[in-house]
Amino acid sequence: MKKQVILNEQHFDLTLRRLSHQLIENHNDFSETVLIGLQPRGIQVLTKLKEILENELGNQIRCGTLDITFFRDDFRRREKPLIPSVTNIDFSIEKKRVVLIDDVLYTGRTIRSGLDALLAFGRPSSVELLVVIDRRFRRELPIQADYIGKAVDTLTQERVSVEWLEIEGKNQVILFTPKEGHE
Amino acid sequence: MNNLSVENLIGIKDLTLEDIELIFTTADSFKEIINRPIKKVPSLRDITIANLFFENSTRTRISFELAQKRLSADIINFSASASSVKKGETLIDTVNNILAMKVDMVVMRHPNPGAAKFLSERVKATIINAGDGTHEHPTQALLDAYSIREKLGEVAGKKVVILGDILHSRVALSNIYCLQKLGAEVMVCGPTTLIPKHIGSLGVKVEHNIRKALEWCDVANVLRIQLERQDIKYFPSLREYAMLFGLNREILDSLDKELVILHPGPINRGVEITSEVADGKHAIILDQVENGVAIRMAVTYLLASKIER
Repeated sequence: MKKQVILNEQHFDLTLRRLSHQLIENHNDFSETVLIGLQPRGIQVLTKLKEILENELGNQIRCGTLDITFFRDDFRRREKPLIPSVTNIDFSIEKKRVVLIDDVLYTGRTIRSGLDALLAFGRPSSVELLVVIDRRFRRELPIQADYIGKAVDTLTQERVSVEWLEIEGKNQVILFTPKEGHE
Repeated sequence: MNNLSVENLIGIKDLTLEDIELIFTTADSFKEIINRPIKKVPSLRDITIANLFFENSTRTRISFELAQKRLSADIINFSASASSVKKGETLIDTVNNILAMKVDMVVMRHPNPGAAKFLSERVKATIINAGDGTHEHPTQALLDAYSIREKLGEVAGKKVVILGDILHSRVALSNIYCLQKLGAEVMVCGPTTLIPKHIGSLGVKVEHNIRKALEWCDVANVLRIQLERQDIKYFPSLREYAMLFGLNREILDSLDKELVILHPGPINRGVEITSEVADGKHAIILDQVENGVAIRMAVTYLLASKIER
């Protein structure tokens, strides 16, 4: 497996700051906006953005986490059952502007499930999508992100991993490529 | 995390500790879902389930039905009193006819012990046992243990007494297996005639004095006297039973500790438990009912994930 850093620590930090500023441009003081992180890996992005935004704006931002396990379209097409994580949205999203947050946008199927799962909490006035990495040209559904940290062109057999200081020990994004002749 | 080790849920006896823990973790998520404004997820929208009830039921039946609806499964309900069973059709024929209509899963309650196992060996569908005679009632035991875990934090190391008609109770047997697998100590308490002779071989304590049993335990699971299954008189009168084995406030107040009280329902108020205790703060009877839906969703979801298309 070949490893290639596509976003190093410095750029990682810059990218998240840029995403935060793009959010502020569109959402002003966030009074009508809620941020929803998709379980499991979107939560890290959400936590980081919330921290930056609250520092910049000086007010609390409403955030929730959403688990999409029971809304997936590959139930029973996998070897093992999907193990759910926690959903925590203790407010109604009725008439709110929702920003869905995830780390990597790939086939679009997770986001499709997320949209479905989200509707159980009300009818938002709009839903936007923010991702750190957009794996372009790999979409299986007509879904695109509104805020993109970095767009990369990848092959199906490659894997993109967004890593975090708190979990993996370093903020960075890595592209894994299988070596020729193996796998 | 792994799959369940079984293809059907016939009894707790067949489950491993890992199975039970997987069911509990999954039930935690479903409990959150059933407390949302929109209590439905689409996971089982391509699954059809038949609920076959050859014996009366209110709670279990509604609970299963609700669990299946919350998972978006298609369901058909069947009760023996309104069917061709009355015309002499055999169990296998009845079920195979229903399965011919492309049903994936069968939830069955039957008065004969072993009916669920019998069926699982002969038909091609996932079977969930919703009570087979005096044998097992696995989902009830799971929801009882789940409710104890919720109330006391864990089941391991806790002392649980099962009080009442042990002889005719499928809930008692399933509870014994389930609690023991989770590491709890189990005691049964009731009149000598209503305790099976060799129950001690399951590793449970036997006690005939309700006060001694209550002094020993942290949790009391109170069972109903199943008059409909009793072919002979096992005790002189219900009044005498209530006096000797009924759970009332006086006896609870005289203990220097607080017990958690469970009852699988239906309650015979004034017989095995007084209204005061059943509606009191120690009883978690209605929590059990709520948890029942979450547990049945978890079991149905996990077994459905093993169905191949």
